[in-house]
Amino acid sequence: MSTPIVEKNNISLQQQKTPSGFSVIVREFAKDKLALFSLVLFLGIVLYVYIYSFMLDQEAITRVDLFNIFAEPSSVYWLGTDYGGRDVFGQLIIGARNSLTIGIVITVLTAIIGLVLGLLAGYFGGWVDNVIMRTVDFILVLPTTMIIIVFVVIVPEFNVANFIFIMSIFYWTGKARLIRSKTLAERELDYVSASKTLGTPNWKIMLFQVLPNLSSIIIVNMTLNLAGNIGIETGLTYLGFGLPESTPSLGTLISYSSNPDVMENKWWVWLPAALLILVMMLCINFIGQALKRAADARQRLG
Amino acid sequence: MLKFIIRRFLVMIPQLALLSILIFLLAKAMPGDALTGSMQANPNLDPKVFEELREKLGLNDPWYEQYGRWIGNLFQGELGMSYIHKVDIADLLGDRMANTFWLGLVTLIFTYLIAVPLGVVAGRWNESWADKLIVGYNYVSFAIPLFVFALIMLFIFGFGLHWFPIGGSVDVTVEKGTFAYFLSRIHHLLLPAITAALLSTVGTIQYLRNEIIDTKLKDFVKTARAKGTPEKKVYSRHIFRNSLLPVAAFLGYDIVFIIGGSVFIEQIFSYPGLGQLFISSINQRDFSVVNILVMLFGFLSILGTLISDIILSIVDPRIRID
Repeated sequence: MSTPIVEKNNISLQQQKTPSGFSVIVREFAKDKLALFSLVLFLGIVLYVYIYSFMLDQEAITRVDLFNIFAEPSSVYWLGTDYGGRDVFGQLIIGARNSLTIGIVITVLTAIIGLVLGLLAGYFGGWVDNVIMRTVDFILVLPTTMIIIVFVVIVPEFNVANFIFIMSIFYWTGKARLIRSKTLAERELDYVSASKTLGTPNWKIMLFQVLPNLSSIIIVNMTLNLAGNIGIETGLTYLGFGLPESTPSLGTLISYSSNPDVMENKWWVWLPAALLILVMMLCINFIGQALKRAADARQRLG
Repeated sequence: MLKFIIRRFLVMIPQLALLSILIFLLAKAMPGDALTGSMQANPNLDPKVFEELREKLGLNDPWYEQYGRWIGNLFQGELGMSYIHKVDIADLLGDRMANTFWLGLVTLIFTYLIAVPLGVVAGRWNESWADKLIVGYNYVSFAIPLFVFALIMLFIFGFGLHWFPIGGSVDVTVEKGTFAYFLSRIHHLLLPAITAALLSTVGTIQYLRNEIIDTKLKDFVKTARAKGTPEKKVYSRHIFRNSLLPVAAFLGYDIVFIIGGSVFIEQIFSYPGLGQLFISSINQRDFSVVNILVMLFGFLSILGTLISDIILSIVDPRIRID
């Protein structure tokens, strides 16, 4: 390389100071064009969906129009209409908004449960650790999809809040495991022992000393979980056991494809929703992988 | 070694007990009981008769007594009656169990047929364009939800290109027992199996790739090179032999993944297996069948993790905890 020596020295001088977390992430995205593209695309989709759904009249979209059943895509109906003559594009936007919102809520809830239990298990060890980890092991071997479906069916007055609650019961385990293993390692470090000797209460050490050191892993894990949770929610809704009818999700649109005629000839009803899920999942994952590399100094590209 | 296996078995017992209690309590929360079916069939009968029958069958006993009886019956192979179909659940499961088993087996075979060569190539020539392609495939297959992928595969290869049938497990026109029957079954199996296999390769490929890259730098590989072993032999005799063994341990986890996905795969490809039976049973509120299926799937998942843990402890003694 023909880089001038002076410039090289400058770089090495700058690197004397450990780069801040944010600048590491910026550098990682600058290096990884695919992740950058994913980030821009995903943010674009999210902004578009939230702003546009704000302007949409949900009443008008869910109103049945018998004169326009299964209309093909046109300038009026960008993606045609479904079996009730309802605009597919509008449903797509509202479905995407609902799926995203619920995915985010579930991700945050499971993160909180997993964080608290993981920190407790890792920090205290002993019987606390044993009880929590055996619970985790048990939930991990359950046929989760089926049990959630059973719950959804037997819960009286099923609604979105119930659904989020049921999902959150089952999907915190992975996070708890991860946080526990990292806390176990962190607990042995000098700064924790020093704090303990000084008499800092345990909860303060956990929240203000150990937790900040795990933040990068938590962010990476939450990003990847978001993709997973959206996938699970839309999947359950596709089978008919997810969001109730009144709250359409992307899975609702895809579920129309269980009718072979819609599947084969009326592709505009379900295919856009399927592709939108696909694109969003890929974007989130590429962003997550870039964040993961930024969080781990050995894997960084830049 | 034996100690570990016994310990691992002992862990399984409370898990199974908890699973059965959970399912039993869920079943209690479900509307309807063992008499619901016959009550619907004879709406003119006096409700008092059913009340007496209930007392006789012990449906008014405390839940733990009922639970004991239920478990006792399960152990004796008495699964109960389906509310809707009015037949023994065991008869209902028979054929479908075989269908799910074959689908699972073919999926597993495809998973390894795809994953092992790709993992080996990516590991041996890491940082090459082939490796980058394989790692890219891994990212994508990790990210895509199974049901979306299955639908798109069905749309392209079933509806669009007509390469594969769009549903069922066999053509109704072919005669049972003939070679054509066998071919037709394979034909129906292929698309769902390939679809599920393409998404279940992630763990194996990633593990194999990392393992080979790590092993390359080990001292015994350097020794082999130093004494003049040809490069081909270094890989086949020294590296692959050491890295391929732990892949066997993924068997159990793969089984768990495939079982979990079978609900989606069978529903989308209208394949008459246990997963599809589960969805249709729950849609018809046939809860006695639902319970047995959840129990069965839970048991298989527990068994799958058990298999993996034991294989892993055999090939990698470090994880044995005593």
